[in-house]
Amino acid sequence: MSEADTKLHPGLNLGPSHGEAHEEAEVVLFGFWVFLMSDLITFGLVFATFATMLSPMSIAGGPGPAEVIDLTSIAMQTTLLLLSTMTFGFASIAMKYEDGRGRIALWLAVTALLGAGFVALEVKDFIHMASIGAAPSRSGYLSALWSLVGLHGLHVTVGIVFVGVMIAQIFALGLTNQVKSRLLRLALYWHFLDIVWVGIMSGVFLAGALSA
Amino acid sequence: MDSFLFGRLTFDDIAIFNVFRDFSMNELVASGAGWLEVLAAVGVVGLLTYYRVWGVFWREWLCSQDHKKIGIMYMVIGFVMMARGVAEGVVMRAHLATALDGGILAPQHFAELFSTHGTIMIFFVAMPFIAGFMNFLIPLQIGARDMAFPLMNLISLGLTAAGAMMLLVSLVVGQFETGGWAAYPPFTGKAFQPGVGPDYWIWAIVVSGFGSMLSGINFAVTIYKMRAPGMTYMRMPVFCWTALCTAILLTFAMPPLTVAALMQALDRYLDFHFFTNDRGGNMMNYANLFWMFGHPEVYILILPAYGIFSELTATYSAKTLYGYASLVLATMCIAVMSFTVWVHHFFTMGNSATVNVAFGIATMLIAIPTGVKMYVWLATLWRGRVRLTVPMIYLGGFMVLFVLGGLSGIILANPTINYQVHNSQFIVAHFHNVILPGVVFAVLAGVHMWFPKAFGFRLEERPAKISAVLWIVGFSVTFLPLYFVGLLGYPRRSASYSDATFEPYMIVTALGSLIILAAFVTFASVFWFSWRNRAALAVPLGDPWDGRTLEWATPAPVPEYNFPVIPEVASREAFAVEKAAGRPYVAPDEYEDIHLPAPSAVGFMICVAAGVFSFAMVWWMWWLAALALLAIPTILVVRSFSPDRHIIIPAAQVKAETQAWMRAIDEARGVTRDEELTNANRGYARTDLQEAA
Repeated sequence: MSEADTKLHPGLNLGPSHGEAHEEAEVVLFGFWVFLMSDLITFGLVFATFATMLSPMSIAGGPGPAEVIDLTSIAMQTTLLLLSTMTFGFASIAMKYEDGRGRIALWLAVTALLGAGFVALEVKDFIHMASIGAAPSRSGYLSALWSLVGLHGLHVTVGIVFVGVMIAQIFALGLTNQVKSRLLRLALYWHFLDIVWVGIMSGVFLAGALSA
Repeated sequence: MDSFLFGRLTFDDIAIFNVFRDFSMNELVASGAGWLEVLAAVGVVGLLTYYRVWGVFWREWLCSQDHKKIGIMYMVIGFVMMARGVAEGVVMRAHLATALDGGILAPQHFAELFSTHGTIMIFFVAMPFIAGFMNFLIPLQIGARDMAFPLMNLISLGLTAAGAMMLLVSLVVGQFETGGWAAYPPFTGKAFQPGVGPDYWIWAIVVSGFGSMLSGINFAVTIYKMRAPGMTYMRMPVFCWTALCTAILLTFAMPPLTVAALMQALDRYLDFHFFTNDRGGNMMNYANLFWMFGHPEVYILILPAYGIFSELTATYSAKTLYGYASLVLATMCIAVMSFTVWVHHFFTMGNSATVNVAFGIATMLIAIPTGVKMYVWLATLWRGRVRLTVPMIYLGGFMVLFVLGGLSGIILANPTINYQVHNSQFIVAHFHNVILPGVVFAVLAGVHMWFPKAFGFRLEERPAKISAVLWIVGFSVTFLPLYFVGLLGYPRRSASYSDATFEPYMIVTALGSLIILAAFVTFASVFWFSWRNRAALAVPLGDPWDGRTLEWATPAPVPEYNFPVIPEVASREAFAVEKAAGRPYVAPDEYEDIHLPAPSAVGFMICVAAGVFSFAMVWWMWWLAALALLAIPTILVVRSFSPDRHIIIPAAQVKAETQAWMRAIDEARGVTRDEELTNANRGYARTDLQEAA
């Protein structure tokens, strides 16, 4: 049993049929996990700041959770994002079983579209909030809310650009070792954002709607 | 009022012309420093042009992905910034000596000085120094060719340099903030400081903070994944252990700083209310975020220093490090506990007594693993063959002074006492007492020890010894009196005082700061003296001190590829064990072509983009900021479409170089320890080690 047969890193392993790409992925993927841990600290800190900004003092007489949370929109956003993580899974599986560039690119494109739908809904919510006087400059609570949700939205936007670049690379460079390992990292990134969103959805929106 | 092109930057903001507008001592000092900086920059450009070395400088340094050169460039940033930091310290001390009811500087200027001094010394002196050592040493000590991510390494360096540039630019254009190195809001908020000062701080910190976070990831992955065969964790040199813990701290402790600084930016630029006084802002969140970074930060600085002291203790007493396992365990303990003590930085800001006690006890507990280390070093020296070379002088100063600083830390960890001495000069004495003998002495000792490895010749002992003694004396005279001044009730950061009791102390510390200045100048001159005498001091064979770890088993300077073949490691302190067994320097059986990453301009381009972005943000040139910010992902995406380029060093060349080096060793007469400071030392130490085998 060669080293290539063994499971190298937590995540989707390409397996021995991908030869060097499988083994080369180890160091970069491990590095990307360390980066994600660091990024999780960032989210955790913004989250903790938000948690301290729920008091009446921080709401400062401005709009509170009852006025700003629209659970229907949040449900739609959640659905889109969870679907997109599934379609990214299909893209990863297509890569693992070598179903060809077209199949991988198709699932990636669907993923990006779902992600774009998520961002669009989020921006719509933000515009609505601004129109009812719930802009981030209104209160500490709103500053924290916009920052936390916006930070996640920014990450998703970066992810969409990243997906676009990878679709281009699949056709421009082919499925080289480097392209494959980048797709593995992009997958980690995309699933990570889903997990963070589950935290935001529960801790910010559901808890906020319940307390309102 | 603001122009589209230049934002809020006007001709009047160019600070170095202030002296012509308002001629005073204060402006003379401020503008003079700015002019010095401009002249220094022009001088460097002139010298590079005069010697026609722009091409070499560009290809072999700025674009190099070689971890050793990146490490050296970090050290250069550290030294350049240290020159400014030391000068600022002297100016501040000169001011305070005259500050009974006044002083030579304006209070605003004094406040800027302690803010830049702290920011520079922590972020752009100490951090680049330790990043430099880690870059240079980690791959060599674990038997690797390079870092895990060489290009990211170059980008980290570029971001650090961009941040340092912001500090330098703030002296020439505009002014810096006046809220200290921690830049506490709301004092640094828009309401109190609408000018550019806090913005310089924010972007310098955010940009260099990203660089440090990326470095942390790089170091951690390198140590986890790139170790040579046989190099198990418990065989790693202690420096690598401290570097690993530091890397983990960097990865987890830089985000709080970046988050705090960016939230402050949102408050200042977009009218958010994280830390403002009105509309629900809460500045305690800043204190928590900042010190969640700030306390691990002091261990980010001191742990690699411990690593350096561990290595040189073993080397210069010719003994195996006593209690390796306990040293490793102590290092890990300190790394973990460093995250549990941050509140001790604001005991007096209205926490409950329970919270204060918990953090007080956690703080005192850190003294235990630190004490373990001190005993380990003492036990290593015990009955060792100690040579009182320059690094050992620093070690001696460190051991005495650092224990003093540590003990004053225990005193401060007690919340009840802390209430009394809070924000007094006692604190100033304490943190200089740990950082100067701890970090700075380790860096200077480490430079002396590893300089020959990097450049191929030893540093002159005599001026370096004078410098070491001057550092120790200078530190003691400058900072130890401040303990008494603090207990007498003199607050820190105050620009003047009305109690004549303080004046004699302030005059003594001002004289002390002159000794430190002399120490710094002497140290800088060591490089000049050594360079002139480099032929006599050359140690091409690579092992001038009878070293113990893998990096000494290479020629000096180390070839670009580090090792002709990746070494196999069979024990802790592998090189020392092999020497004791009488079979070091075994020639490899066969050689292979070596692939190394080709030079890349990406790091420099990111450095420029990040620097331009920061400057444009400070001065509200939105168009330029947007362009520069967009440039960064564009550079990375464009680069990602081109395959990684390599340079190939042919097997024949590696073979020829290695064999020539081995022949030279065979012909060389090994030098004994008594001769190691003489010109007979060509880098082949005759070992008398027995115990290691």
